[in-house]
Amino acid sequence: MKEQLERIRQEALEMLDAATDAQALENLRVKYLGKKGELTAVLKLMGKLSAEERPIMGQLANTVRADIEQKLAEAKAQVEAKALEARLLAETEDVTIPGVPVVMGHQHPMNMVLQEIKDIFVGMGYQVVDGPEVELASYNFTRLNIEEGHPSRDRSDTFYFDDKDEVLLRTQTSPMQIRYMETHTPPLCMLAPGRVFRKDEADATHSPMFHQIEGLVVAEDITMGDLKGALITIMQKIYGHDAQVRFRPHHFPFTEPSCEMDMQCHKCHGEGEVDGQICSTCHGEGWIELLGAGMVHPEVLRNCGIDPEKYSGFAFGIGLERTAMGRLKINDLRLIFDNDVRFLNQF
Amino acid sequence: MKLNRKWINEEFVDLSHISDKEYVDTLTVFGQKVETYERMDAEIKNVVVGKVLSMTRHENSDHMWICQVDTGDGEPIQIVTGAQNVHQGDLVPVAKHNSWLPGGVHITKSNFRGEKSNGMLCSFAELGLTQNDLPGVFADGIWILNDEDCTVGQDINLVIGNDDTVVEFEITNNRPDCYSIIGLARESAAAFHLPMRHHEPVVKGSKAGSIFDKLSVEVPAEGLCNRYSARMVANVKIGPSPKWLRQRLRANGVRPINNIVDITNYVMLEYGQPMHAFDYRYITSGKIVVREAEEGETLTTLDGNVRALTPGMLVIADDNRPIGLAGVMGGENSEIVDDTTTVVFESANFNGTSIRQTALALGMRTEASSKFEKNLDPMMTLPAVQRACELVEMLSAGDILDGIIDVINYVPQPRTLPLEPEKINHLLGTDISKADMIEYLRRLEVPVEDDTILVPSFRPDLNLTADIAEEIGRSYGYNEIPTTAFRTSTQGGYSPFMLAETKAGGLCRAVGYSEIITYSFVSPDIFDQIRLPADSVLRNAMRIQNPLGEDSSIMRTIALPSMMEILGRNYAYHNRSAKLYELAKIYLPVEGEVLPQEPKMLVFGTYGAGESFFTLKGEVEAILNGLRIPKATYTAVKDNPSYHPGRCAKLTVEGADVGYLGQIHPLVAQNYGIDTDVYCAELNFSKLFELMLPEPTFTPLPRFPSVARDIAVVCDETVTVGALEDVITSAGGKLLQSVALFDIYRGNPIPEGKKSVTFSLELRAADRTLTDADSEQTVKNILSALESRLGAVLR
Repeated sequence: MKEQLERIRQEALEMLDAATDAQALENLRVKYLGKKGELTAVLKLMGKLSAEERPIMGQLANTVRADIEQKLAEAKAQVEAKALEARLLAETEDVTIPGVPVVMGHQHPMNMVLQEIKDIFVGMGYQVVDGPEVELASYNFTRLNIEEGHPSRDRSDTFYFDDKDEVLLRTQTSPMQIRYMETHTPPLCMLAPGRVFRKDEADATHSPMFHQIEGLVVAEDITMGDLKGALITIMQKIYGHDAQVRFRPHHFPFTEPSCEMDMQCHKCHGEGEVDGQICSTCHGEGWIELLGAGMVHPEVLRNCGIDPEKYSGFAFGIGLERTAMGRLKINDLRLIFDNDVRFLNQF
Repeated sequence: MKLNRKWINEEFVDLSHISDKEYVDTLTVFGQKVETYERMDAEIKNVVVGKVLSMTRHENSDHMWICQVDTGDGEPIQIVTGAQNVHQGDLVPVAKHNSWLPGGVHITKSNFRGEKSNGMLCSFAELGLTQNDLPGVFADGIWILNDEDCTVGQDINLVIGNDDTVVEFEITNNRPDCYSIIGLARESAAAFHLPMRHHEPVVKGSKAGSIFDKLSVEVPAEGLCNRYSARMVANVKIGPSPKWLRQRLRANGVRPINNIVDITNYVMLEYGQPMHAFDYRYITSGKIVVREAEEGETLTTLDGNVRALTPGMLVIADDNRPIGLAGVMGGENSEIVDDTTTVVFESANFNGTSIRQTALALGMRTEASSKFEKNLDPMMTLPAVQRACELVEMLSAGDILDGIIDVINYVPQPRTLPLEPEKINHLLGTDISKADMIEYLRRLEVPVEDDTILVPSFRPDLNLTADIAEEIGRSYGYNEIPTTAFRTSTQGGYSPFMLAETKAGGLCRAVGYSEIITYSFVSPDIFDQIRLPADSVLRNAMRIQNPLGEDSSIMRTIALPSMMEILGRNYAYHNRSAKLYELAKIYLPVEGEVLPQEPKMLVFGTYGAGESFFTLKGEVEAILNGLRIPKATYTAVKDNPSYHPGRCAKLTVEGADVGYLGQIHPLVAQNYGIDTDVYCAELNFSKLFELMLPEPTFTPLPRFPSVARDIAVVCDETVTVGALEDVITSAGGKLLQSVALFDIYRGNPIPEGKKSVTFSLELRAADRTLTDADSEQTVKNILSALESRLGAVLR
């Protein structure tokens, strides 16, 4: 019996070594280990052995079984690895073939820049609000200290809907200052981006419709130093921390003191010329106008029921088109409203 | 406002040691923004005064001369000229080899029929001058400089007066005083901390009589004329002004005419006070009446145009007719001419708004009207008319009559403001001493006495402490104010609506649509272009009374046309496909309300390969799903004329109509120049926002397996998938988890007019594993409902 077992072991191990596919292995498993397999057949003869021989043969039989099982497992693993390797090889792709296209839309470049600006302001504590574009003259002008007869109220500048010049397309986002102060009490911190309209023919730098971003802060003890601090922080976030800015006095009827903020021209660094030629970016000025701002006029605060003796504030207005065009180096305003997909797809 | 620096340097404050760049930068940061500046000699280079030493005829020409010209360089140079007015010994402008003339003309040496010419002799026109600049000089030839104060070799720019810089300022509305040389000189002196020289006009007078014997002034239009000051000049000798005066005018872009007219223009530049000179001969009855025009009156203005006047327009009239359009332009009928002998100088203060409206109505904004419209200082009329008379005497242009007519309807009350250093520092965030503040104000000629600011009449903009704070701030330097960070307790953020907009935009782009921005105003033609019925309420749009043009004259009540226009434009650009969206307002008039409703619309538009009704529908469904909008119902709409009658659906969410989706009617596409299939959807985003479901809470995952069942039913073509789904859903009961269209089949063996529709059903119970009996019962219920309600039978 011992010889029989040894022979089975040797034969099985050799056969397993030679097997190359899963089917052959399965056949061998059945042949040797199956219920009707050779090893089982031998074991059935155990009962005929003597009491001394039985445990010895039993042990040997178990070893043989274990050896065959182990070999079977090894051979199986090997065959599977080979099969996997072959499959992967067969599945090789030309990785330079383009991917299956996923068409994603593009955000309009101006709204892309607007979103970034809004997020910056929200992070600084500003509440973003929206308001009517068809507006009352009292909000757009009168309560902002722009009196009747002021040139900006002329029909050559402002679109009107009625004979009495009382209903108009807002020419600025500043009426949102009034609307917000009417409905909120200080401290307040507001940002109102939106469409505005002026009677300008469309050209490379003008459009009858464009966008402004209005900002307003009113609280106790707000100073012009705070205005500067806030605007410098914001502009450096938009244009980079090395952006050089300056403030210069200006006039707006609804702020006092008023100012405009310029950024030093990134092309000529304030010199106004490059290689002896007038700088094409700032047209020789050395600076690029960014925004208008100022301390909220006491009369405007009063118009909204806020005591100017107790509260002060600042307001600013940023031209979105100018900002976006500067950031993205867009050279013609008409492209913004042309909506050519070849333009939109660039952003 | 233009300014030549030399004038300021010579008369008011000498800043000749300051470079142009430093000057403009300093003034800009001080608050007088410089738009541009330009050296007047920038255009003319290497042109000098030369002396013609000898002249000989050119051998090969019957008109050319060969001149030997001394240009101060030692050796004379040879120049060939065709001019015939040059003589030996004349001083002439010589454009030497490699010189530049206005307009970018480059002069180099050349050869005229065998004779070398090392440059060119110039006429005054070639040097950018006109006969007005050089009265009496022969125009059709070389400019002979013999009478000019010049020397051989001198740069011609010095002879012309081009050794100057013209600076153009952007003057803000609140500073009418800065529309003058004196005003800008005051700002310049303050910006550089230097004292300014002031000049009080002195009129010597004559024995030519009194104005009161010759002229009377009445001002019935009191409200439109604050002040009217007049003086008269007799024995006038009309002639050219002296060179210094002409040069100052020219540098400021004013054409010299004659001494009297030039004086009025000079005073306007210097004081910012527009003046006018009338020829006394033509003032009927010696009477000036400042009144409103009468209906039907006309006036031929100095530019030769006949102006139809209307009441409300202020005119200067004599006893029976207008002789000038007040504050805008004089009349031809009283113009100063060569034989004028007696002149009335008008120096008046008119209502700014009235002048502006008149100028606007007549389309003739002039230098004078643009100054008046800023509301000038009424205290200025007198010094200005005195200055004019002083100049008349300086120029020996006539004799000043005794007396001044001065009709005063309004004099600004002296204004005072308390100086409040603490408040000012508090507003600016500075720590400027009171003494410094007083000094800053003194530099600006705003005196302070005993802590009281005496606001000068030329500063109508100073009314509040905040106004004073601006003066202090800009004198201290805006850029010197320390930068600080304020703290507030406010919480930043977006409104829920804005967050929804941001989310919607992201979803639109995720499914492939790019964002567009279109104008809010549109053409009234859009309604016809999208075939909107004549009686549609959407045709009731807000109309702009003064639009740029008819094509942008109404506020859109519907967003589809803007999308179609952009699609059409892209199609015209030969862009093969476009997938666009816009999230923007429409403007709906509300009965009884002044302002319209401004809901936001979400509009999609697409054309190109692979686009279909169902791709668009799938995308819209994905977006609505992403926005957490409850399931929309799609109803076929045959009567929306903008859309294909067989491919248009109305979207309804929870009973509310929220928009349309479909293929654009080919006739509409054609109206926008598109001859391919276009698909659009218009959704009322404001309504959708109201329908958005709240943030979901967690539902436990199913504990028991589901059972899948497919059913195929045969029904009439007219039965919609939606109807089948509705029946399945209602008959499926609690166990039916989902139903999904799997397939639609037409053809053999399905009879004509019928279709086979297959649905995949998912059944599940929440509390147990379903038995076959359970699912069979459910399917049976569904099938029997389909059959009884829609005649759909199991295939």
